[in-house]
Amino acid sequence: MADETLDASGLNCPLPILKTKKALSKMDAGKILDVISTDAGSVKDIEAFCNQTGNKLISTVEDNGKYVFTIEKA
Amino acid sequence: MSDNKKMTIIATKGTFDWAFPPFIIASTGVAMDKEVTIFFTFYGLNLLLKDTSKLKVSPMGNPAMPMKLPMGPKWLQKIDFGPKIPNIFWSLPFTEHLATYLMKKTMKKNGVAKLDELRAMCQEFDVKFIACEMTVDLFGYSKDDFIDGVEFAGAATYFDECDGSNHNLYM
Repeated sequence: MADETLDASGLNCPLPILKTKKALSKMDAGKILDVISTDAGSVKDIEAFCNQTGNKLISTVEDNGKYVFTIEKA
Repeated sequence: MSDNKKMTIIATKGTFDWAFPPFIIASTGVAMDKEVTIFFTFYGLNLLLKDTSKLKVSPMGNPAMPMKLPMGPKWLQKIDFGPKIPNIFWSLPFTEHLATYLMKKTMKKNGVAKLDELRAMCQEFDVKFIACEMTVDLFGYSKDDFIDGVEFAGAATYFDECDGSNHNLYM
């Protein structure tokens, strides 16, 4: 179960990444953030973001054009 | 994770459309733990003005710009009017306002960030903004015309910022 949820539905590049960064910066290490996005580009982008920032992408779930990314803060 | 943490951008264009790439790349860069500096020079200084509502986009001499309507029936929205409208039309008064209005509306519909919002996020994430002092003087700007948090310096300072950076983009 996520500690925080960020709804970035309807937002386009680079807003889902920027909002994710902002949300994570307010959280403690080890906490879990769920990011909801409707931007198909965010699938690759969230992965790249986690890869570069060291945060852990635990899962990506797609449901009918809606994506849920579960991220563990480093 | 990458060890290289620095990135610089030289922003030289001052139209509404070209205001986006520097702020998009810079804000994403800082979100990904880079230290980012943007050096604004020549028309790029427009991007630092307090009032960005003056920034316009024109299809005049801009042949690659798609011109699609952000409203109306689906079939109509699919038509690219860009190649269909003679360029001479865009030299008429107020057509820039029309094109800018339509682009803003299209962006809003697509969930693209507003220019001021992106710029504010860059500042919130500590992107360093440097305005080229020489062009500030050249174009007769006063430092009060620009937003707070801008440094004023020259090309040598830009090179100092480049030190240790392997992402150096010209936009």
